[in-house]
Amino acid sequence: MLDKIGIAKRIAQEVKDGYYVNLGIGIPTLVANYVRADIEVEFQSENGVLGMGPFPFDGEEDADIINAGKQTITTLAGASFFDSATSFAMIRGQHVDLTILGAMEVSEQGDIANWKIPGKMVKGMGGAMDLVASAQNIIVAMMHTNKVGESKLLKRCSLPLTGVGCVKKIVTNLAVLEITAHGFKLLERAPGVSVNEIRNATAGQLIVDREIPEMSL
Amino acid sequence: MIKKTVQSVTDALEGVSNNMTFMLGGFGLCGIPEQAISELVKRDIKGLTCISNNAGVDDFGLGLLLQNKQIKKMVSSYVGENDEFERQMLSGELDVELIPQGTLAERCRAAQAGFPAIYTPAGYGTEVAMGKETREFDGKMYVLEHAFKADFAFVKAWKGDEAGNLIFKGTARNFNPVMCGAAKITVAEVEELVPVGELDPNQIHVPGIFVQRIFQGKNYEKRIEQRTVRIR
Repeated sequence: MLDKIGIAKRIAQEVKDGYYVNLGIGIPTLVANYVRADIEVEFQSENGVLGMGPFPFDGEEDADIINAGKQTITTLAGASFFDSATSFAMIRGQHVDLTILGAMEVSEQGDIANWKIPGKMVKGMGGAMDLVASAQNIIVAMMHTNKVGESKLLKRCSLPLTGVGCVKKIVTNLAVLEITAHGFKLLERAPGVSVNEIRNATAGQLIVDREIPEMSL
Repeated sequence: MIKKTVQSVTDALEGVSNNMTFMLGGFGLCGIPEQAISELVKRDIKGLTCISNNAGVDDFGLGLLLQNKQIKKMVSSYVGENDEFERQMLSGELDVELIPQGTLAERCRAAQAGFPAIYTPAGYGTEVAMGKETREFDGKMYVLEHAFKADFAFVKAWKGDEAGNLIFKGTARNFNPVMCGAAKITVAEVEELVPVGELDPNQIHVPGIFVQRIFQGKNYEKRIEQRTVRIR
């Protein structure tokens, strides 16, 4: 089974040379730390920066330079700042190659819910609805089950949706899955996790049509 | 040169009153119009509708107006990390319209640019699109979103000149440029106000035509919400 860092490491393998990538808050933010050093990638943050670098050293943080998670950041050579309309022009206009974000639920049709639990919690959608409505390649990073052990991979989402039929791939602590017309297609198992464990933790339709390899990290 | 300078935040907020609609720049606490917010708290005007990506934190930014119960309605994309906001929203004391962040930016820009409405794919198929006109273009569905209408836009820039030209720093730019000229009156506060001729016209982010009043703010706190550092 993977921890959050393991999920980030596996997703980092999906990041290819020349990609502009938008990382959501939480596990997705960690992905930047594990991208291969020999490829050129630029990270976009929807609050208005392209070419994000690592966190600053203590004492060098600047209140005017943050990421979408409101964390202090640095920029790399070649970086640029821009306003929010320009930022979402990059996103809506499909100039960003890969979007990685977290979710509370994903359905077997690729619907995603991640912004609201009616009556209990409302954080807001932030930029997530714009991202999922337009991005061509969306990977969800999340735990396979919630805190009380219920599957987050469902036949239909029970929570208010963020987007419809948009998720392409999911990387969880248990598996890598692809959304297909017939359901969640199992691609890889996390180290030490059996297909049965994945099946038991998946409420939606799970497709296992071949020998499932263990992921290599 | 058409002069836009006013002497103080008090002069800059001349004409604000109860039940008005305001746009406020900033993302989290980054690039928020600190001085205008303090002045609004001081004036204690109520029944406000505030269009702003976030609502500050409990004790800073728009959170101060929320604590003071001056806000009737918030139009935002993200309200996390603000307990008082969440409490007022869940209890029904505060009316909240949550909209996608890109839609928020574009509804400001539409108001600035003279578009009555725009079509966006964001929110299609979700509760955000409920009751709104939708339309198909080239096989994809879009939602019609209307331009905002606001009485004042309060923005914060890094540098500005007497003609109202603005330059922003880092990610403190965010929603500020798209709110300029999107309300009846745009009030810009800057860290450094310089005479005309000192800013390079090639470097201006927002031309002064979009700004009606400009003043230099004092003692910016520029609070950091999530101080995150790495080990040397």
